[in-house]
Formats: sequence, structure tokens, C-alpha cells
Amino acid sequence: MELLAYCAFFLTIAMTYAIICLGLNVQWGQTGLFNVGIAGFVGLGGYISAILTTPEAAERIGGFGLPIAAGWAGAMLGGAVLSLAVGLLTLRMRSDYLAITTFGIAVALQLVFQNAETLTGGAFGMAFVPRPFAGFQGNAFAFNLANLAVTCAVVLALYLLLEHLLRSPWGRTLRAVREDEVAAQALGKNPASLRLQAFALGGAIMALAGAVQAHFIGFIAPGNFLPMMTFQVWAMLIVGGSGNNRGAILGAVLVWAIWALSGALIAEVFPADQQARAASLQIVVIGVMLCLILLWRPQGILPEIRSVSRHLGRRHKDQ
Amino acid sequence: MTVLTVQDLRAGYDRDLAIVKGVSFGVPAGQSLSILGPNGAGKSTLIKAMAGLVPCFGGAVHLTGQDVTGLAPHHLIRRGLGFVPQTENIFTRLTIRENLQIAAQLLARPRREERIEAMFTMFPDLAARPRSLAGALSGGQRQMLAAARALLTEPSVLILDEPSAGLSPKLVGQVFDTLRRISAAGVTLLLVEQNVRAALALTERTLVLVDGQVAHDGPSAPLADGALLGRLFLGHRAEAMP
Amino acid sequence: MNPQAIIDGLIAGSTIGLGAIGLTLTYSILRFANFTHGDFLAWGAYLSLSLMGLIGGLLAELGVRLAPFSFTLALPLAVVGGIALTVLLALALDKLLFGRLRARGADAIIIVMASFGASMALRSLLEFIYTAQPAYFTTALQIAKPLGLGLRATPDQLLVIGMTFVLVAVLHLIVTHSAMGRAMRAVSENPALAGVYGIDVAQIVRLTWIIGAGMACIAGVMAGLLVQIRPYMGFDLLLPLFAAAILGGIGSIPGAMIGGLIIGLAEAFAVQIVGAEWRAAISFVILVLVLMLRPQGLFGKAGG
Repeated sequence: MELLAYCAFFLTIAMTYAIICLGLNVQWGQTGLFNVGIAGFVGLGGYISAILTTPEAAERIGGFGLPIAAGWAGAMLGGAVLSLAVGLLTLRMRSDYLAITTFGIAVALQLVFQNAETLTGGAFGMAFVPRPFAGFQGNAFAFNLANLAVTCAVVLALYLLLEHLLRSPWGRTLRAVREDEVAAQALGKNPASLRLQAFALGGAIMALAGAVQAHFIGFIAPGNFLPMMTFQVWAMLIVGGSGNNRGAILGAVLVWAIWALSGALIAEVFPADQQARAASLQIVVIGVMLCLILLWRPQGILPEIRSVSRHLGRRHKDQ
Repeated sequence: MTVLTVQDLRAGYDRDLAIVKGVSFGVPAGQSLSILGPNGAGKSTLIKAMAGLVPCFGGAVHLTGQDVTGLAPHHLIRRGLGFVPQTENIFTRLTIRENLQIAAQLLARPRREERIEAMFTMFPDLAARPRSLAGALSGGQRQMLAAARALLTEPSVLILDEPSAGLSPKLVGQVFDTLRRISAAGVTLLLVEQNVRAALALTERTLVLVDGQVAHDGPSAPLADGALLGRLFLGHRAEAMP
Repeated sequence: MNPQAIIDGLIAGSTIGLGAIGLTLTYSILRFANFTHGDFLAWGAYLSLSLMGLIGGLLAELGVRLAPFSFTLALPLAVVGGIALTVLLALALDKLLFGRLRARGADAIIIVMASFGASMALRSLLEFIYTAQPAYFTTALQIAKPLGLGLRATPDQLLVIGMTFVLVAVLHLIVTHSAMGRAMRAVSENPALAGVYGIDVAQIVRLTWIIGAGMACIAGVMAGLLVQIRPYMGFDLLLPLFAAAILGGIGSIPGAMIGGLIIGLAEAFAVQIVGAEWRAAISFVILVLVLMLRPQGLFGKAGG
């Protein structure tokens, strides 16, 4: 029973990562936008939702005690607005400027999470984030299972929505812009505006993931949104297969499993005082894995179905 | 003496899709040769493959007796093959003099300044403001700088990709005058051109390329009658014509 | 406002500027934003530290302090070796990873992603080898001497500022006046044409890594000497490095240096107003301002 409860817990966390991966897949897999500030977008969503839904607290601004659904909606709105701002600033420039700027966003937001104590609770974070099915909390298994069901439902809904969007004229144009911007422009499409829309949609989904995660754990702190998270999510999408929504979900579960298992192994093998040090080996392994996949199987486990991303294959021959 | 030999060369951007499909010809020293043909015939691909910018899948290129097939461009120029690309053929953010200095770096130290000065004598337009950025030059002057750069190292063969592309008619005349002087100086010249009339007038010999293969190889003068060339472009072989 | 911020800013700016030089060169010649560059600083500092320990252990007579500085002769010797090893690290990374992706014709953004993955791995490897505990080149205490106008600086700090200016001036002269520098500028404008001109592009790529990684190592040692050495020191400097390179204009060596100094000074003055905990946000604000107002940077060409 305890093992099953743990499995449900593990899968719920993996599913929150799957949501982030789906968001990243809209930005990278479908549109070719490189976001190096994922942790910032996820954290923003988590904090917005926490601020909206937590009960009033004397030491902080916020604590509006709103329902969880309002928190999720607020998170998505916040993620979209931030993405729009970043996109407007950088999408007309070289692709790596977006990477550098999103990297900066994550650093800046991390500082806000840590230092804006009256809003975020500072380094200690915020407790008492309302948890769905809090009534079941006495029974870990039932509680985890109910939350797993909700998270899976979110993933499924997003998956269906994104698949539908990709088959829609909007999705086709998006891919057209990614494959050949000039041709798409000649057909009267506005690549800049399409990219901006995709970036905002992806950012909103990432922020939603942050909210879902914060409500499941019931607690939020700056330490959850380190660059490590960005890195993990990238590894997940690249392993699973960028451009493929099923690949994004598979990658999330797989990499999270590798992460959890290697973490457990380290806890088992190394003495307590060496564990922090050994944990850094986990990151080395994932980093090397990311590079190896980029070198040898850039399409990931489940490749994009319709057409392999131009970003991963050979260049156009006239370049 | 044959300075350049191309044997059954196959080349293209993708191994499964050769654009140059088995081309052979030889060029004697001092000859000038036009490569003409309809759009998409593989003219540019052929000379880019010879210049090391497009992969060769088969066949061979020999330069002054040495096999140079598939060598990188920076090796080819040391072996005496000068190439002038069609567009973006000078460094616009470097000065005129710096453009020439880069090429001169391939020569022995004492000869560098001497050759740069020789180029300035040959192209007085360039000598006027050697320290200004090459990007400030006019279209025709850019072609001169590109040619001067390639000539500076005294290559045994100079290959030009559409030297008159995008120039006004007046400048086209200027560029072809320059090429005539280069050819008269004894340089072996090979050029791909869209400007058929001017190319035929300039060169002794013409190679017509259709669909990646040689459709005709002979003296330029008889082709000046446009009708024959037109039929060649449409894919009729010379022997088959009435 | 405390005028001492000028000295603090110049010191931080020297490190940032020197580090940004490598970043701006790889960006303009190899055409990608290299996220491992910060880790070259950290690796350079740790490699030099290890070599210093080794040299100090082998040759005890080097253990005499080089007055008025805080370190012994072992440090400059170790830095020479550290530079060589950091360069080797960069060249190995290019051979194993970036070069292969380039040869395959992968998009620049894929190479950026690979650099991001490699940077995580490199940084965590440092943490594994040396642990997260800060390390120091020297524990000797130095007295800051008054310079007039209410400014004070230690001999080490003045050495860092002076050395930075000499290095930048020499590099700038090399790039603007030597055949090597001409070739580097040519490759940065058009690598394919550079080959046609007779330039060995692979050699220029190696040269770029040598200069970039060498400067990164020196910048890392400077930061380590004046503050401390930590596995995350390079990562924490990455945003200021990018901001400095973009502010100065991609490809410009004096631009990167001036960008670095501006960011160092802005940080030093801003922390007096908003508090030290917001230091890392300063370069982000500058980055956003540059992207909004002058995306080509101070010394960059529009559209370049």
C-alpha cells in the first residue's frame, strides 16, 4: 500500500513535469523557440496561484483565499503576459537573444522569489497552499490517487487541446513558419505574431504546471525553481522527442524516473555527509545524456510525426 | 599543356541527388572558357564543386597534374585555383587593403606588398582609397576587388561565378573589359554566365551544360548565332541538329 | 553615495569584461551563444588552484610572498598552466561536441542547447570534485591603501585592474592590426568566403577558443583571488557576461570590456540603493534596456 501511494506520488510529480514539457513543446518543438528560463515561468505560475489561494497571512501581501481554479487561471494569465513581454522584446532578433533573455528572466524571478518577502515569503516560501482533496489527507493512498487523477486529467486535456490545435490551420501555419519563414511570409502569414502566440501559449502552460505542482505539494519555496529544473525539462523533451506531444509526456516520466531512481541509489550507496556531493553526479549524467542525444539521436525516442524539425536536421542546401 | 582536367565529375548537395552528373573536359593553359546553360543545369554547382564548396560524389579534378578532388577551398587556392563567388565575394567590413592583405598572406613575405601594389596598378579604382571599407564600393568596383583578390596569388586557373550578375549594363561592360585584360595577360579563365552574348564574345571556347551533363563543347564564335544555342539549351545535342 | 563603489565596480567590471571577451569572440566567429563560457571561468580558477597546490608542494622555495601582493610566485606559474588546461578543455569540448554539431550542419540554436547541457555537466562535475565549499588562493589579509578622493584599494585589486587593461589593449591591437586578427574578422563576417580567400577556418576556430578560454581562465583566477572560488562562480557570472557582450556589441573586444566595466560599476552603485541581494538583477535590467534601445550594442553595427 505504501509503495502504491509512493507510485501515485511519483507519477503525479512526473505528470506536472509532463505539463511543463507540453508547454515547452509548443515553444520549441512546434515553433523552434529556445527558452532557457523554464524554471522562472513555472515558478511564476506557482507563486501567483499560491498568492491568490492561500488564506490571509499577517506577514504577507496577498492571501486572497480564492478557489484553486482561480489560482490556476491566474497562473496561466501571468505566464502568458510574461511570455508576451519577453517575446515582444526578443522575437524579432537572433534566436539566441531569446535564450539569453529567458535565462535572465529566470535569474531575476528567482531573486524576486527569494527577496520580495512581503509577497513571496522569501527564502522560506509559503506554506498552507490549499491542496485539492485535502479531506483525504489522512489516507495517503487515496489522497495521492485523487491528485494523480486530477493531474492526469489536466495532462490529457492539454494533450487533446494541443493535438487539436496542431491539426488546425493555426498549427499548420506555425509549422510552415518554422520550416520556411520566407515562404510562409510570402503566403501572407505574419511569422512574428504567430511565434509570439505560440510562445505565450507555451508560457501559460508552464505557469499552469507550476500552479498544479504547488497545490499538490501544498508548499512553495524559491529552491524549487532553480536552473536545474529548466535543465531537467529540456532533457525530458529532447529524450522524449521534440515536436511530439506523446514524446514530451514519455520523456517527462522517463527522465523523472531516472532522476528519482538515481537519487535513491545515491541515498543508498553514499554516506550521509557525501550525498550532496554525489547528487551533483546525477546532473553530470543528465547533462552528458542531453549532449549525446543531440549528437546521435536528435529526434528523441518518439520523433515528430509529420516532418522532422528543420532545427535538428541538415541545413537548407543553399546555406 | 592542359592545366585543368575534369573527369566524369559527379557532385551535388545531397548524395542521392547529384546535380552534376558526370562532366568531363580539359582546359589548356591560357584558354578562356564559358560555361553556359539553362537555369538549373548545374553550372554553378559544377564550378563550386571544383572550388571545394560543394561535395563531389565521383570523378576527379586535376590541377596542373595534381589530384585536387574534394580539397577544401583554402587548400585549393594554395594549389593555384582561384575562385570568385557570385555574391558576397568580398569582406565588406574589412578595408580594401585588408581584403588584399588576406589573400597576400598566402605568398612569401617579400612578395606580399609587391603583389598588392601590382593589383592596385591593374585596378586604379581600388588604389584611390585603400583604407576605406570594401562595403563602400560600388557593385562594379566590388567585382574588381573580388577579381583582384583572386588574381593576387597568380592562380593557374581563375574561376568566376556570374561576374556580371546584378550589375547595370554599363558596369557589365566594365567587368567584361576587366576580364578581357585578365585573359589577355595569359590567365586561364573559366566563367559561368547568364549574360550569354558578352560571355561568348569574351571567351574562346564554350561548354554548354544541360541537366548536369555536357551538351556541347566547342569554339565560342559559332554559338554567337543565338538559334543554335537556343536549341542546345532546350536539350538537343549538337550532333542531332540538322 | 560611497565613492568606494567606483573601485568595487572597476574590479567586478574587469572580471566581467575579460570574461565577456571570450564570449563575444565565440559568438561572432562560431556564431552561437556559448552557455559553457561561465564554466570556463570556474574551471580555470579551480585548475589553477590545483596546480598552485602542486607547484607549492614541489618547490617550497616558491612559497615566499611576492610583496606587496598577497600570493606567492606559485600563483602566476599555476595560472600559466591553468590557462593551458582551460584551453585544452575548450578545444576538447569543441572537438567532441560543438564541432561535430557544426559539421552536421545543425542550427545554431541546437549548438546553444548543447552548450547549455554541457555547462550543467561541467559545473556539477566541479562540485563533485571540489565540493560546494568555497576555496581560496590565499588566506593572507591585505590592507586597502588610500588612493586619494576617499578611494581605497589593495595591491591585488590594483594589479587585477592594471592587468585587465594591458590584456585588453594587447588583444585589441592583435585583432585590428595582425594577419591573425584580419583572418578572425574575415571568418566572423563570412566563414565560407574566408575559405575561398585561403584562410584555414578550422585554425581560426581553434584560435578563438584559445583566446576565449585563456581570458576566461584569467578572469576566473582574478575573481577567485579577490573574492572566492566556488563551482557556481561561472554560472553566476553568465548573465553579466552576456549582458556585457551584448551591451558592447557582439564581436567587439573593447566593447566587451567597456560593457563589462559599465555593468560592474552599475552593480556597485545600484547595490548601495537597492541592496546587495538584488545584485544579479542589475545585469538583467541592463540587458533588457539594451535590447529595447540599442540591440546592436554600443559598438555593434545595425543588422550585424
